[in-house]
Parts: sequence; C-alpha cells; structure tokens
Amino acid sequence: MAAQFEYHTRWYRAPVSTYWWLKRPSDVKFILREISSVFVAWFAIMLMLQIRALSQGLEAYQEFQEWLQTPILVALNGITFLFVLLHAITWFNLAPKAIVVRLRGRRVPDSVITASNYLAWFIASVGVAWLLLGV
Amino acid sequence: MAKRSNEPFFWMLFSAGGAIAALLVPILLFLFGLAFPLGWVDAPSYERVLALAGLPLARVCLFALCSLSLFHWAHRFRYTLYDGLQVKHLNELINFFCYGGAMFGTALAAYLVWYLP
Repeated sequence: MAAQFEYHTRWYRAPVSTYWWLKRPSDVKFILREISSVFVAWFAIMLMLQIRALSQGLEAYQEFQEWLQTPILVALNGITFLFVLLHAITWFNLAPKAIVVRLRGRRVPDSVITASNYLAWFIASVGVAWLLLGV
Repeated sequence: MAKRSNEPFFWMLFSAGGAIAALLVPILLFLFGLAFPLGWVDAPSYERVLALAGLPLARVCLFALCSLSLFHWAHRFRYTLYDGLQVKHLNELINFFCYGGAMFGTALAAYLVWYLP
C-alpha cells in the first residue's frame, strides 16, 4: 500500500464502542426490536418440535406439553411473549412507512393503514383462538 | 462491483416473515406457551390439534409460519450482529449461519408438515 494513502481523511473512522446503543433510549428500543427476531426464531423451533410431537403420537405430544410446563420453559416463554408483542407492535406501527396505498388518486392516511393492521391482528388472533378452543 | 445483490429477495422474505409472525405468533405463543401450561385455559385435546394441523390449509400456514419466521430472524439478526457488534470481518460466516440456518429450517418444516398424519 502506497504511503500517501495511509492517512487518507476519508478512511478515518472514529472507533465506536460495542455498547453504543446503550446511550440513548431510542437506540435501546431499536436493539430490543432487532433482538425480538431471536425470539421469533425460538417460536418457529418450538412450533416444529410441536409438529414433530404431534406426528409421533399421543404420548410424545403429552411429553411435549409437560416440557412446556417446566419452570424454565414457562419463564422463557414469558420473556418470549413480551418480545413477540414488541415485534408485533413495532411492526404494525411501521406499516404505513412500508405500505403506501392510493385510493382515487389520494394517499390513504397513515392512521388508516395502522388501524387496519391492528384490525387484521385482532381478527387473526380471535380466529386462531376460536379454531383451537371454540365449540 | 457488477455482482447482483440478493438483498431485495431476502428483504422480501424478511418482510413476509415479519408480517405473518406479527399476526400469528402472539396468540399462538400466549396459548401454547403460557395459558395452557399454566392452566389458565384448558388445552385442546391431542386429537383436536392433530385434526386441525392436518388440514391442507393449516399445513401450508404452518410451513409458511416456520419458514418465513426463520428468514425474518436470519435477515434481522444478521444486521443486529453487523451494527450492534460491528463484526464486519465475520460477514461471510454470519451470512452462512443465518441464511443457511433458515434454509435448513425450511427443509425441516416442509418435511414435518408433509409427514403430519
């Protein structure tokens, strides 16, 4: 490398601490939102284990249910639930930034898009609960 | 750099995964992870869950939920490592671990859903 390039001003990057995001609440929220994806993945793994247990029969399924009753799993899933809620809320609140709908040449207001997302969430949740618990 | 970027493709999977997870995971996790294990609500029987999960549409939804949730994780977690820990030099390894994991999970989910009785 030629010497005149070694101290090029454009190449200088101020070192940033690994914990840069702890300084501002909005950055902490950003990182927590990003970390929520780990809990979404954990749910996917649990769901696959559940499908496997379902395939293996009643006994395997009961074992799976007992595993979910252990204190560690209940605690983990309590935390997972909070992160998954954070994911859902931040996701729906950002939806108007990603979805631009025009109706008769006019842009549909952000509030309408957010509200319809929450409505879809509500309908999906009631639908799932009804399929599992309804008569 | 003339190489075409895979970014839009993975972003679409990330986005689809984020949406389906936001819609379905809170209620499923609340019921199966908290309400049933803690006895707040009586869990549906094995037969009922099996019959429900075995419906063709339910199989498709379960597969999509597993696979897209994992791709959502892969994409977001990759950038969390990238921005949060600033480990750019491990980029190749992280990509392999994240997207590779999601692809492996997708294959596994397809297998599990296909062989569900």
